Amino acid sequence: MFAEQLKKRDFYAGGLILLIGAAVALNAYNYYNLGTLTQMGPGMFPFMLGIALTFVGLLILGTAVATAHDPSETILPEQREWRGWACILAGPVLFIILGQYLGMAAATFGCVFVSALGDRTATVKSSAILAVIVTFFGCLLFAFVLKLAFPIFKWGY
Amino acid sequence: MIETALTDLWYGFGVALEPHNVMWCFIGVLIGNMVGVLPGMGPLATISILLPLTFGIKPVGAILMLAGVFYGAQYGGAICSILLNLPCHPPHAVTCLDGFPLTKQGRGGAALGVTVIGSFIGASWGITEMIFLSPILVKVALEFGPTEICSLMLLGLLAGSTLARGSPLKGVAMTLVGLLIGIIGSDIDTGSPRFTFGIPNLYDGVEIVALALGLFGIAEFMKSVNQINVVETRYTKVRFADLKPTREELRRSWPAMFRGTLIGSLCSLIPGTGPTIASFIAYATEKKISKTPEKFGTGMIEGVASPEASTHSSVQGDFIPTMSLGIPGDAVMALILGALLIQGIIPGPQLIREHPDIFWGLVASFWIGNIMLVLLNVPMIGIWVKLLAIPYKYLYPSALFFACIGVYSANNDMFQVGETVVIGLAGYILLLLDFHPAPILLGFVLGPRFEENFRRAMLISRGDILVFLKHPISLAFISIAVLLIVMQIYLRLRQPKIIADERALDAAIDKTAPAEP
Repeated sequence: MFAEQLKKRDFYAGGLILLIGAAVALNAYNYYNLGTLTQMGPGMFPFMLGIALTFVGLLILGTAVATAHDPSETILPEQREWRGWACILAGPVLFIILGQYLGMAAATFGCVFVSALGDRTATVKSSAILAVIVTFFGCLLFAFVLKLAFPIFKWGY
Repeated sequence: MIETALTDLWYGFGVALEPHNVMWCFIGVLIGNMVGVLPGMGPLATISILLPLTFGIKPVGAILMLAGVFYGAQYGGAICSILLNLPCHPPHAVTCLDGFPLTKQGRGGAALGVTVIGSFIGASWGITEMIFLSPILVKVALEFGPTEICSLMLLGLLAGSTLARGSPLKGVAMTLVGLLIGIIGSDIDTGSPRFTFGIPNLYDGVEIVALALGLFGIAEFMKSVNQINVVETRYTKVRFADLKPTREELRRSWPAMFRGTLIGSLCSLIPGTGPTIASFIAYATEKKISKTPEKFGTGMIEGVASPEASTHSSVQGDFIPTMSLGIPGDAVMALILGALLIQGIIPGPQLIREHPDIFWGLVASFWIGNIMLVLLNVPMIGIWVKLLAIPYKYLYPSALFFACIGVYSANNDMFQVGETVVIGLAGYILLLLDFHPAPILLGFVLGPRFEENFRRAMLISRGDILVFLKHPISLAFISIAVLLIVMQIYLRLRQPKIIADERALDAAIDKTAPAEP
């Protein structure tokens, strides 16, 4: 019975919203000054939002529990693109790290190269070629045309 | 009244025709159209990516450029639908039904030509509405106190969240999450930091560019990676000469375009009923009044003309509450409002009076931009068609780079790129749980003003929460909001056919339908 509930997408959706709402409401109540309705403190508005969110979460959860489970329903998509997801997230992270220490060119190359590897048909060579092209035109556009305050090359923080 | 409107419009053309403004409008339309054509890039992603580029421009130019990007991308989406059967952008999903069969019969060019004409007519009507309705709305709205503004915002938020795609309950949840994200930062009254997790970079609040690019950039890329097949370009050989519809096709399209325009403008008047619903109703109407309804789906030119006209007239209508009341109807409008805020311009009823150059310049630039679109698409259709063939695997890494550098350039702050990554991951989890993140942006943009007005209303009424029911205008807004909820529950229980149809197609869009010949 309960195990079946765990397969429903809306069970998690409602639960997530419920948790966020409750956490915000409790946090606002405990750590911020609520004030009165006439003189509202910083905590009042988030407290009210938290309560509303908890309520909506309960409604979503309730609807999920009440409706029958559809066996075709999956939470993760049919094809799990772990590599694609990881590469897309890793690209911007590399952009931050390389941008901080080595400058725009390295950041651009790293970001495009790694995220391009997320495609199943991509090879190291094709990703590198794409990254070089984007780096060239990107630096041209942002450094010379738009004059962004971001050195193309640098060393260290 | 007509005379003042025409004088204002004349002034607006003066603003919009200043050479640098024409240039920004042209750049916006060009880039918007170019990016909008690319499969997998909707107007939301396009505007989010281009938003940081407008920060360095003067407010008028920035807003003209963004508006240009928006309708350029809209038009690009239509090309994608008709030639590739790819409903990259929901309002154009219904255009696929008859647009793609026409393409297979070799009449895709004519369908595009009709789209150009139809969208121009629809847009023109929407602009005319904007010219005459906005000043009236503003006159009424200037009388509003904080209580009325608060109820109106509540109505706007509710309409935006319940009538968006997917479950209304989940839409409301997303709006509330958006309002919460809007709280992060310093409190307006006391200046004390709220929900900043002790991170000083968050004291100024979450950056709108980071939020938009996380939700509509990174999260979307994660959803689409390896899901968008290499597109079928067998039918996409469209040349300039092909755009001309035959006399017969034109004869059948004219009345359909006018019907579509009318439906679109009616839909834009009902809060929250956006272009997608308008296009569905327009298509259903055409099918119903046609003498040969069974032929729909096999390439009827009316099935292209009417929904396209209705989409564009409805989209223009959406600008009315955004610009005259400061209440956006959907995420795109919220982004445009966000751009205004970044430029230091406070949206609301006082905008037309305090910044007439922005408002009337924008109105006039709609026409200029739409004419540019026509002029641009006629000779450049061949290039757009080539762009359609760019595979997604080259596209998303480049777009990701633009997203990163765009967020960085907003404040020269790497922390905000990190913000984008976190929001993107959270956004993808929300997508997996079947939430549509667009209302988050709506709540985020309106949040601070909503809280401010709520506090003020409570202060004036000495903490009486029932004040919202005591003021007649506020009561009217609350009643409409309640009516909206009742209507939603009714629709849930009854499931009329048009809603069922829309949900079915929605599911198809969510799977990012691969192009099947």
